[in-house]
Amino acid sequence: MTDGAPVATAFAWTAENAAEAARIIALYPAGRQASAVMPLLWLAQGQMRDATGSAWLPVPVIEFVARQLGMPYIRAYEVASFYTMYNLKPVGRFHVQVCGTTPCQLRGSDEIMRACKDKGLKKGTITEDGLFTLSEVECLGACANAPMVQINDDNYEDLTHASMTAILEALARGESPAPGSQIGRTASCPEGGPTSLLEMTGAR
Amino acid sequence: MLADADRIFTNLYGFQPWNLEAARQRGDWEDTKSLLALGPDAIVDAIKASGLRGRGGAGFPTGMKWSFMPKTPNPARPSYLVVNADESEPGSCKDREIIRHDPHKLIEGALVAGFAMRASAAFIYIRGEYVREAETLFAAVREAYAAGLIGKNACGSGYDFDVVVHRGAGAYICGEETAMIESLEGKKGQPRLKPPFPAGAGLYGNPTTVNNVESIAVAPTILRRGPAWFAAIGRPKNEGTKLFQISGHVNRPCVVEDAMSVPFRELIDTHCGGIRGGWDNLLAVIPGGSSVPLVPAAQIIDCPMDFDALRDLKSGLGTAAIIVMDKSTDIVRAIARLSYFYKHESCGQCTPCREGTGWMWRVMERLVTGDAEPHEIDLLLEVTTEIEGHTICALGDAAAWPIQGLIRHFRPEVEARIARRKGFVQVPQAIAAG
Repeated sequence: MTDGAPVATAFAWTAENAAEAARIIALYPAGRQASAVMPLLWLAQGQMRDATGSAWLPVPVIEFVARQLGMPYIRAYEVASFYTMYNLKPVGRFHVQVCGTTPCQLRGSDEIMRACKDKGLKKGTITEDGLFTLSEVECLGACANAPMVQINDDNYEDLTHASMTAILEALARGESPAPGSQIGRTASCPEGGPTSLLEMTGAR
Repeated sequence: MLADADRIFTNLYGFQPWNLEAARQRGDWEDTKSLLALGPDAIVDAIKASGLRGRGGAGFPTGMKWSFMPKTPNPARPSYLVVNADESEPGSCKDREIIRHDPHKLIEGALVAGFAMRASAAFIYIRGEYVREAETLFAAVREAYAAGLIGKNACGSGYDFDVVVHRGAGAYICGEETAMIESLEGKKGQPRLKPPFPAGAGLYGNPTTVNNVESIAVAPTILRRGPAWFAAIGRPKNEGTKLFQISGHVNRPCVVEDAMSVPFRELIDTHCGGIRGGWDNLLAVIPGGSSVPLVPAAQIIDCPMDFDALRDLKSGLGTAAIIVMDKSTDIVRAIARLSYFYKHESCGQCTPCREGTGWMWRVMERLVTGDAEPHEIDLLLEVTTEIEGHTICALGDAAAWPIQGLIRHFRPEVEARIARRKGFVQVPQAIAAG
């Protein structure tokens, strides 16, 4: 369709995902299966990533989910187009989502965005090798570990231009750089060690 | 500083495992049956007596909210608890720590709160971007079911209670309670007109209460230690412990649990190693997440961090997401970025918000560079008041307030940029008086 990504003309669950879809639908009260539209769209997008290397939702996939839930296509489509995590056009194998909201901006997200651009990533397009799509996203809820990016399902936090560059290079080499804080902090604990709970954290 | 013995979230940073076995060693799920044996009304009364106010931002008394639910639910219209884990307010990152490091506190809290409001199930709505956090929560719920803590005859209490984790997919507006309900029903997350309020007609048209993760997760500890213990922490009407999230220009940003009403300076010096460049370098603070107006340094330094003290400064505690800005900050750009956020996140349902957030952002971008006329500052203020209070939900208000705070406290800076851009020469007064 665009960017040369494969187009799904027919879509069906893998056996594993068919069972998962049935399990999800059963979580909601009888007759309320429309509640499953969001998890099923997400499941389908994940299956697309596994099958084609690009996590997105072509029209036939949305139609498939709508049919399974007995919803008009437009009701499923308006959900898919309302929420930002459903990709309505192909993305690269790594979707690099740089948080640019104020808490990250204050800690240097401009530099993180620059590191991505220095590596040839461009907002909203797939790099020629098919590896990367760059997006600027709104607050991802890791503000005490700013600046941060989310790449596919993982956060990389406490970033600098240098560490962001290293992560992109590692991904391009086929490696799996360790997610989380890039300066060795434990979650959102103050750098250098906890100021509370010293016994619980083994710091005393 | 709050004593470690008074902290509720003892695995806040995940130094220990999140799993059921470790959670039990930390005291979670300890004889929950006897908590339920208190009965729904006694639980509600205890939460009321503790002084707990909603931790999602509005600060509404939690026990009172629970008491609005039907006392004798109609079996054809079962009541629901919806736990708001859609943490998306810029600056907020506390519920994430509860979910990934202490998920059993949340699940046990959901059972206790759900029981107290006579609900048949809890739906935990977690923001879609918390992918790994949701994986932990899914796994913790499976553990709780397998151990008989939730589900049929939860904890051997004779009460049946289901917990369903539902992931969002990237929409700030779903943190608004009726938008969250719409989203749970499989629709676009657009807020509903109130009334009817969710306690009357919420999820699937049934009685529903929506509570923040932190409000729910503290409930079992309050019941175990007694409401008087919780109420003894913090100032009157601002009781309890609180998860503070400090981001921006402090030496060591972090999430930390401390007492409500802790003075700002003490909080920052104790846990964050002070302001970057020292206290004289502090410019302003957004004390409660992006929706609340900023407060200049001089006003906040000795302010107790609680609902009422910050309201008196024409700001708010919100989610206690404290965004600190030092004197290197381009304050106009910092607020303009928030205007962009609200433009991006407006659901488009109400015209004042749909049109107004974009309009305000475009003016704010010009104020960043000074490419504006001086009268546009008042025009912008006027437009914020046309949006505020004229929309179904509070997103319109939230978009207006940061701009109002900027102009209230930094108008000379905004004016100076316009003057510089126009090339006006600033003549020192002594020479002009000449």
